[in-house]
Amino acid sequence: MFIYFLKRSLVALLVAITVSIISFMLLHLSGDLAQSLAGPTASEADIIQVRKAYGLDRPLVVQYGDWASKAIRGDFGESFFLKQPVFPIIVDRFPVTISLGVSALLLALLVSIPLGIVAALRPNSWIDRLALTISVFGQAMPSFWFGLLLIMLFGINLRWLPVSGTGGWQYYVMPAVTLAYYSMPAFMRLTRAGMMEVLASDYIRTARAKGLRSMTVLFKHALRNAVIPLVAVAAVQLGFALGGSVVIEAVFSLHGVGYLGWESISRADFPVVQAIVLILACLYIVLTLFADLLNAFLDPRIRVN
Amino acid sequence: MSTVLEVQGLVVRIPLTFGDLSPVRNVGFSVSTGETLCIVGESGCGKSLTSLAIMDLLPSRARRTANRISFDGVDLTAIRERDMADIRGNRMAMIFQEPMTSLNPAYTIGNQLEEAMLRHRKVARSAARERAVYLLEKVGITAAGQRLKQYPHQLSGGLRQRVMIAMGLMCGPKLLIADEPTTALDVTIQAEILHLLASLKREFDMAMILITHDLGVVARVADRVAVMYAGQVVETGTAKDVFSRPLHPYTQGLLRCVPIPGRTKPGEHLGSIPGLVPNLIGEMKGCSFRNRCLHASVECGAIDVTLQQIGPEISYRCILPVAVAAAYGLEATKA
Repeated sequence: MFIYFLKRSLVALLVAITVSIISFMLLHLSGDLAQSLAGPTASEADIIQVRKAYGLDRPLVVQYGDWASKAIRGDFGESFFLKQPVFPIIVDRFPVTISLGVSALLLALLVSIPLGIVAALRPNSWIDRLALTISVFGQAMPSFWFGLLLIMLFGINLRWLPVSGTGGWQYYVMPAVTLAYYSMPAFMRLTRAGMMEVLASDYIRTARAKGLRSMTVLFKHALRNAVIPLVAVAAVQLGFALGGSVVIEAVFSLHGVGYLGWESISRADFPVVQAIVLILACLYIVLTLFADLLNAFLDPRIRVN
Repeated sequence: MSTVLEVQGLVVRIPLTFGDLSPVRNVGFSVSTGETLCIVGESGCGKSLTSLAIMDLLPSRARRTANRISFDGVDLTAIRERDMADIRGNRMAMIFQEPMTSLNPAYTIGNQLEEAMLRHRKVARSAARERAVYLLEKVGITAAGQRLKQYPHQLSGGLRQRVMIAMGLMCGPKLLIADEPTTALDVTIQAEILHLLASLKREFDMAMILITHDLGVVARVADRVAVMYAGQVVETGTAKDVFSRPLHPYTQGLLRCVPIPGRTKPGEHLGSIPGLVPNLIGEMKGCSFRNRCLHASVECGAIDVTLQQIGPEISYRCILPVAVAAAYGLEATKA
């Protein structure tokens, strides 16, 4: 188990380093940084001065080393636009994005797992078909469009919820629903498929042959095995929700990290964009690692050898 | 010896879009305490579905009807699922063919053994654990206390089947149904498991139904035999009778297919039964073995062949007179 954990961590670390190199390179490949920093009206001399001032004349490897060692300590430089250190700006916005991502994930799981179980118990019944229809829509509809539909219905027509902005829990309802609706179909189909496979397995027949109550068979023996693949997907979906919230936060003007990223892209605020990409990617890596460990915990075939 | 299970007129139907499939048709037999009944037949003859039908564990699409399934004084055709669940794993237990997949991979074998007892008996977990250790030792597993903490994937197939047997015995059942318990195991382990089942049956004074396609297994452990073909019982009798003087042409054919030590010469060709099993969809008329039978006549397709009862133990489903059938039978076992 410890060896397994060590191996997985090592892989995660390698991925993180690769991601950091890519996000560093992205910036330097997108044109002459010094020129865009100095502005469109700058003279050749100004550009050279800026290049010197920001250390952009040094070899790339040195620049990367310098940048990475600072990044590890949370120093992502200064925002070009806000003229403030990048890291505190992002940290400030993080609670909004985390609340949105976590509540969307919980909402999606709470709806899709029971729905998936019912669909698996009664395949091809009306409830199974309804669930399938809902999930097809969820998968097919662009989430920004679904968000706009929600705004029209609940924000403008019914006036139940605030249309946009950042504030109390009411402001999170529609974004969370939008985000949840996007990941729900995958969870539901996975639960359904997993449950159907497990329910047809020999050990479920054994459990029934022991005379166990149907609830014990369903929840202790079936669900436990059926959710194992769901765990990995849920963790990845949370990573997706955190990264994918760029669009949702923009639609609902929810001032989280995603919104900051969107703003920064439109203002060409490279250090902020770079930091957000790196942080979200690392978060994603950590979540995947966490999912692997959770999987190992749930599946003794991985945990005990 | 008291009758533990009596089955009469058991039918299993599976509705399909183009008619009903009837894999079990009018099956009847009985087992008594201390007795081993072997239900023998080829794949698809309905022997496994028969055992699942008794346990009421059929796949959800299958429909069961029966004139009578009487177990230990209870009419199983008339009770609710809730009451049936009280019997399953308690007074009637079952062992399956696939030990590799029959245990839940997510729980320790201790958990799965104890659970079988905690469900039916008001005992503390520690008492259930004691019983589990006792039974694991009984089924020949060493270091039973440590085994309880292991997961199924850490055990070999033979060990898992022993665990399954111990699990079936947790509540001291009156009837143990073993559905091809040795088919998935190595030949050397097969003999051990059979020997174990036979001795446990004696020790715990159970009735046992052993489902198998292996006549070697039947010869070794059966007290009585029911031969099934195409969803019907075609012959019943004591193991001795059936092996020495088979009456039904199918049983005779089966016995020609297996080598008999001391009688079959090296290099000698074994017999086979030509032809295919009939389609079991829709209504059937006549003897279902007639298209493969050496002695079939026009009459075989015209009437529904019923079981001829010859003495209290012996019956066979064929229109041949018993003297003629017996003569063919003697020929078959000599050949």
